[in-house]
Amino acid sequence: MARRQIQVSIDRLRGHRDTPTPRAQKLPSDDRACPKCSSHYRSEEMRRNLNVCPACGHHFAVGGRERLQQLSDDGVYDELWTELRAADPLRFVDLQPYPKRVEAAEAKGASEALVCADARIGGRPCVIAVMDFAFLGGSMGSVVGEKFARACERAAERRVPFITVTASGGARMQEGVLALMQMAKTIVGFEALADAGVPSIVVLAHPTTGGVWASFSSIGDVTYAEPGALIAFSGPRVIEQTTREKLPDDFGMAERQLENGHVDAVVDRRQLAGRLARLMGILELPEAPPGSLALQLAQNGTERAARVAQALPHLSRRLRDRISRGDHPGGEGGRP
Amino acid sequence: MKPSGIGGRFRRITHRLGGAPDGDAGDIWKAIQLARHAERPYPLDYIQRLMPDFEELHGDRLRGDDHAIVAGIGRYHGQPVVVIGQQKGRDAEERVFRNFAMSGPGGYRKAMRVMALADKLGAPVITLIDTPGAFAGAEAEINGQGGAIATSMQTMMRLNVPTIAVVIGEGSSGGALALGIADRVVMLENSTYSVISPEGAAAILWRDAAKAQLAATAFKPTAANCYRWGVADAVVPEPEGGAHTDHDAAARLLDGYLSRTLRTLEAIPPGERRLQRRERFRRIGAHRELPTGGTAIVVGVDDGQSGRS
Repeated sequence: MARRQIQVSIDRLRGHRDTPTPRAQKLPSDDRACPKCSSHYRSEEMRRNLNVCPACGHHFAVGGRERLQQLSDDGVYDELWTELRAADPLRFVDLQPYPKRVEAAEAKGASEALVCADARIGGRPCVIAVMDFAFLGGSMGSVVGEKFARACERAAERRVPFITVTASGGARMQEGVLALMQMAKTIVGFEALADAGVPSIVVLAHPTTGGVWASFSSIGDVTYAEPGALIAFSGPRVIEQTTREKLPDDFGMAERQLENGHVDAVVDRRQLAGRLARLMGILELPEAPPGSLALQLAQNGTERAARVAQALPHLSRRLRDRISRGDHPGGEGGRP
Repeated sequence: MKPSGIGGRFRRITHRLGGAPDGDAGDIWKAIQLARHAERPYPLDYIQRLMPDFEELHGDRLRGDDHAIVAGIGRYHGQPVVVIGQQKGRDAEERVFRNFAMSGPGGYRKAMRVMALADKLGAPVITLIDTPGAFAGAEAEINGQGGAIATSMQTMMRLNVPTIAVVIGEGSSGGALALGIADRVVMLENSTYSVISPEGAAAILWRDAAKAQLAATAFKPTAANCYRWGVADAVVPEPEGGAHTDHDAAARLLDGYLSRTLRTLEAIPPGERRLQRRERFRRIGAHRELPTGGTAIVVGVDDGQSGRS
């Protein structure tokens, strides 16, 4: 379980991202047109505005690491578990073999569709897991499930808030039923947070659909959505094909889902870091996890509790040791 | 932590590293057709045979009764047991009434309401999975299809009572998994479990709904493969020729597995059972770990391509 930390300095990122080569400056491809208002912008200008159209506020897609940089204080974060890569358990071939698709996606820079990191937002430490739609549609396969669960367990262990930003078409078809099972794995991750009394904050970016909406992303403690994000189990196209219903243009959009009661707030990306910092301030954690499963188990008997406590990787070492010693509320004397 | 006491013909969980999925295209397609056979037993057929005293419960206590899911409590080997199943229809009229076993959020909310009853009584929960997926409709979306599936998984993850999920026909997509979080997940011999229905996959990946057979082959969703991948803990045999040939015999075979497994599960303390359930789902998956040098380590199931990196 070797963990590779990558220190990212702002200067390096700036140098890497914001200094276009002279050749690139001449290319029209450096321009981006807003699909909503048709205004043209230079990539650099757009990036400085966090990939939000300066004219109409349309939210463009943001890559995983770019999002981490946007949210983290000074753009600095420690990326986790980049060594985890997709396998091909089904030997899956559709229009092309799955490993070819993975290689092509990796060649674009990201290691997988979920990027996890330790970071600080507004000075407050947290664990962040960000989906990258550019990597196979942000689809959730075994690596995404594993990283997600690890990130939750890490946040639970460190007792810092868990933040996730979603952008995904759902389960990764090419991993078949194993991809489906990752939905369950994300629920297990959230259980670690529930035990530790650590909050989960979900930010729904465009699009959040299928198995990602039908698992962790719909049951966060606090749920923000970016303006215009599609949030649905079945997308409008599938519904129109299945039921021949004609749907309104804003069907499943963040603003509609706020009205439907499925999100807490629609938050402009330019306000997101500030809102998250403020929210973490409100949610700041007390010392001990009240009524956690571990403590309940501890009350049932010292010996078994000790065994169980050791099996709970997300408990803080202090709590784990206390339970192991029988030094915990209700564990006095214990049963043989 | 390995399950014990599942004796006889039921295979135990073992390490499955390195096992390649198998079955040629023809065999897989045959399994899919058997899993969807029009005469295959549905939940109410099993319930009727396993527990003659069964009280079906209706409604999500919010806005309606979703007929794609049947739920209730019955007397099974001398104790109350809650059963929740996805029910298809036998004829055209019933298929429409049951919405082809594709439930909306109300179906999962009904399921959760009955699970709460099980937890209160200490009654084990058995789910019978058979659906092409959760319903794709505007109303279902507005009423929180995604959240209902997620909450149903979370509820099952937290149940204090013993739980068994049985895939009896086709288990497709999150609609199936919503009822699939249990201490033991087992599949009937000719059932299938997949991330999406073959038709759905064909439309998405091949952009051609007629490529269903090709999609089905690629997903290899047979019980034997799911067992190999650790998705299913056991494969329950069906009568010769498939469950549709003899509903009584199919129910007897299922009864044998269920009664034996419930006894095993009841011997485990509730808190530990919950932890084991979590660990079961925490483990499933296959990925590579890139080392700093040398060859990649493959974690979980894999097909032996570990040297690829």
